[in-house]
Amino acid sequence: MEAIVDQTAKVDPMNKVNTELSKENPEAHDLSGLETVGIPFTDTAKMSMRDVNVFYADKQAIFDVSLDIGQNEVLAMIGPSGCGKSTFLRCLNRMNDTIDICSVQGSLKLEGQDIYDPKLDVVPLRARVGMVFQKPNPFPKSIYDNVAYGPRIHGLVNRRTDLDEIVETSLQKAGLWKEVRDRLHSPGTGLSGGQQQRLCIARTIAVSPEVILMDEPCSALDPIATAKIEELIAELSENFTIAIVTHSMQQAARVSHRTAYFHLGKLVEVNETEKVFTNPDHKLTEAYITGRFG
Amino acid sequence: MNTSTLLVTIIILIAVAYILGRGRSLVLADASKGGFRNLNSLPFYYGTLTALWCGIPSLILVGVWLIMDGSIIDQLLIKSFPAEVTTLPPSELGLILNTVKNIAAGNMVGSDTQPYMTQAAQSLKNINQTSQMAMTVLAISVGILLAAFSWWRIRPEQKARLQVEGAFKFFLLACSCLAILTTIGIVFSVIFESIKFFKTVPITDFLFGLQWSPQMAIRADQVGSSGAFGAIPLFVGTLLISFIALVLAVPVGLMSAIYLSEYASPRVRTYVKPLIEMLAGIPTVVYGFFAALTIAPLLRDGGAWTFEFLGLQMSISSESALAAGLVMGVMIIPFVSSLSDDVISAVPQSLRDGSLGLGATKSETIKQVVIPAALPGIVGGVLLAASRAIGETMIVVMAAGLAANLTANPLESVTTVTVQIVTLLVGDQEFDSPKTLSAFALGLMLFTVTLALNYFALHVVRKYREQYE
Ligand SMILES: Nc1ncnc2c1ncn2[C@@H]1O[C@H](COP(=O)(O)OP(=O)(O)OP(=O)(O)O)[C@@H](O)[C@H]1O
Ligand SMILES: [Mg+2]
Repeated sequence: MEAIVDQTAKVDPMNKVNTELSKENPEAHDLSGLETVGIPFTDTAKMSMRDVNVFYADKQAIFDVSLDIGQNEVLAMIGPSGCGKSTFLRCLNRMNDTIDICSVQGSLKLEGQDIYDPKLDVVPLRARVGMVFQKPNPFPKSIYDNVAYGPRIHGLVNRRTDLDEIVETSLQKAGLWKEVRDRLHSPGTGLSGGQQQRLCIARTIAVSPEVILMDEPCSALDPIATAKIEELIAELSENFTIAIVTHSMQQAARVSHRTAYFHLGKLVEVNETEKVFTNPDHKLTEAYITGRFG
Repeated sequence: MNTSTLLVTIIILIAVAYILGRGRSLVLADASKGGFRNLNSLPFYYGTLTALWCGIPSLILVGVWLIMDGSIIDQLLIKSFPAEVTTLPPSELGLILNTVKNIAAGNMVGSDTQPYMTQAAQSLKNINQTSQMAMTVLAISVGILLAAFSWWRIRPEQKARLQVEGAFKFFLLACSCLAILTTIGIVFSVIFESIKFFKTVPITDFLFGLQWSPQMAIRADQVGSSGAFGAIPLFVGTLLISFIALVLAVPVGLMSAIYLSEYASPRVRTYVKPLIEMLAGIPTVVYGFFAALTIAPLLRDGGAWTFEFLGLQMSISSESALAAGLVMGVMIIPFVSSLSDDVISAVPQSLRDGSLGLGATKSETIKQVVIPAALPGIVGGVLLAASRAIGETMIVVMAAGLAANLTANPLESVTTVTVQIVTLLVGDQEFDSPKTLSAFALGLMLFTVTLALNYFALHVVRKYREQYE
C-alpha cells in the first residue's frame, strides 16, 4: 500500500462542517460543499471512478463520488443505512441496469476501459467483476451445478474433467470443499446459511473474475460462519481485488486495507483502514465509528 | 298474512328489537355511575344481540314450516280420500293430488274430476289458510317473546360482544358447512346412481369395454339396439382433445407469461395482461360456435385442399377432434399464462441477480435459473388447466361430434365423456334405464379423474410456494 498517493490530505477536515455535530440530528449538517478527505486515489488502480452521480428517477442517491480501487486491494465501504453503499457497489458491474429507473453519470473505468460505454457488452464485464450478495442465493440446483453454472454459460471449458477441476478448485478456494466433497450432487439450497454463502463465493470465483464485489456478505450469518468468510477474504485478496460493503466496523477493520465512509450519498472520507478507525480525518467519520449515529 | 308480508314484518321486528336493546343498554349505562365505561360491550352489541334473539328463531321457524307443511298437508288430504283411492299406487296418487291442487288454485283441469276431488280441494284451501295463519302467529309471537326475554336480560356486565361474535362465527361455520355438505350430497347421489348402473352393466365392461353405443331396447320386442357401455372410446376422445388443447395452450401460455413477467415494460404489462385474461371471460358457448362454425369448416376445407395438392387420400372430418382441441386450447391459454406468471414472479429477484452477476444474459438466466426454479409451479398450473380441459363441455358438444370412434387420429371425429353425458340426459327416456344411469357412471369417472388431477396440482403448487416463503 505504499503506492497510495495523498492528494487531498491538505483539506482541513473541519472547514466544510461549520456546526458542531450533535447526536440528535446529524443530518442537519450542511453537506452541500463537502469534499472527500483522505486518500481516495492510488497509483495501481484496478477500477477508477470519477464524479459518479446516481439517480433513482429524480431522486439522487450518489453525489460526485470519486474513488479508486487498487489492484489486489480490499476496500471496505461503511456508512449509515441508506447512504448509497449498495447503490455505488452495484454500479461497478452495472447490476443497476436491472433497475429501470436507475441512471448513472460520471466516469467508471476498469483498467482504463469505460464500463458504461454504450458499445460495451455487460456480459463479459460481469464475468470480470463478480458479485456476492447480502443474502446467500444459491440456485435451486445441485452444489456442483451451482459452481459449474458460470463456466458453463461462458463456455470456459469443453471437457467434463476440466469442469470438475474448476468446481473443485473453486470450492477449495472458498473453503467449502471438505464439507461438500461427498455431496456435490445434492441441492445447494440444502446447505447451512454460512455454507450457502461460501457456495455463492465459490460460484463467483469459478468464472475467475478480476474484481469481486461483496454486499454485506456476512449479515445473514452467525459469528463462526462470519469468521470463516473473513478468513477467506484475506486469502482471496492475493488473487482478486475486492470491494466489500459492511455494517460491522470490526469486520471492516479486520479484512480491509482501505476504508471508505459514505454519508447521505456522499463519499466523506477514504483512508487506510487503521487510520480511519484510530484517527479519522473527518468529524462525520469519527461520529459514525464512535457510534454517535448510524 | 302471506309469507312475504310475514318476512317484512319480522324484519321490522328485528329493527325494533335492535333499537330497544341498544336503548336499554344506554339507559343502564347512564343509570349506574360508571356511565358508558360501565358496559361490558359497546351498545351496538346489546342491540345486535336482542335483534338476533328476535330474528333467528322466528326465521328458522318460518323456514322449517315452509319446507314441512307441503308433505304434511298431502298426508292429511290422502287420509280424506275414499278408501279405494288411498290404496292406489303412489304415482297415480300423486296425479290425483296434483289435480286437487290445481282445482284449489283455480286452474283449468280435465273433465274427469270426481266429486271427492272438489271436496278435497275445498278442504285443502281451508288447511292452507289455517297453516298460514298458524305460521304467522307463531313466528311473530316467538320473535316478540324472545326479543323481550333478551331485552329483559340485558345487564351492564353481560358479555354481549362475545355472544354476538360467537353467533357470527357459528353463522360463518354454517355457510362453509353448506358448501361441503352440498359437495358430499352430489358425490353420494352420483355414487348411488352409478351403483344402480353397475348392477345392470358389469363395472369391468364399463371400464374396459371398447365399444360405446348406449341405445338399449326399451321394449322386449324392439330389435337392433343391444346397448354397449364400454367407456374407453370416450376417455380416449377426451384425452385426445385435451392433449391437443394442451399442446397449443402450454407453449403459448408459458411463453406469454415469460414475456409478460420478464421482458414487458410495466406499461405493456398493464394493457396486455387484462387482454389475455379477457379470453377467460368469453362464455364457452361462444368458443363452441366459433369452433363449430368457423374453425371446423376452415380446417376441413383447408385440409381437403392440402391433401389434394399433396395427392393424399385423406380428409378432415367436419367435426374433427382437431378443431375442438384447438379452440379449447385458446380457451385455457389465460389459465396457463396467469398461473405461470404468478409462479415466475414469485421466483426471488435475488436468484436473477445472482445469475446476472455471474455474467449470464437475460435469456440464459430465464432458461437456466428462473424456469427451473418455477417449474414445479408451472407443472401445477398445467395440471389445473388439464383438469379444466377434461371437464370442459360446451365446446366439445358443439364441435366434437357424437361418433364414439376409438381413434388417435385428430382429423377424425371423436366424442368425449362430457358430450355423452349431455346427450344421454337430454330428450325423453325412462329415468332408471341403463342408458340414463350410465351418465352417472361417466360423471363419477370424470369427477374422480379431475379431482385427482386438481388435488395433485394444488399439492405441487403449494409445495412450491413453501419453498420460497
Ligand atoms: N430500487 C430503488 N429504487 C428507488 N430508490 C432506491 C432503490 N434502491 C435504493 N434506493 C434509494 O437509494 C438510497 C441508497 O440506497 P442503498 O440501498 O444504496 O443504501 P445502503 O447504503 O446500501 O443502505 P443499507 O446499509 O441499508 O443497505 C436510499 O435512499 C434508497 O432509498
Ligand atoms: Mg445495502
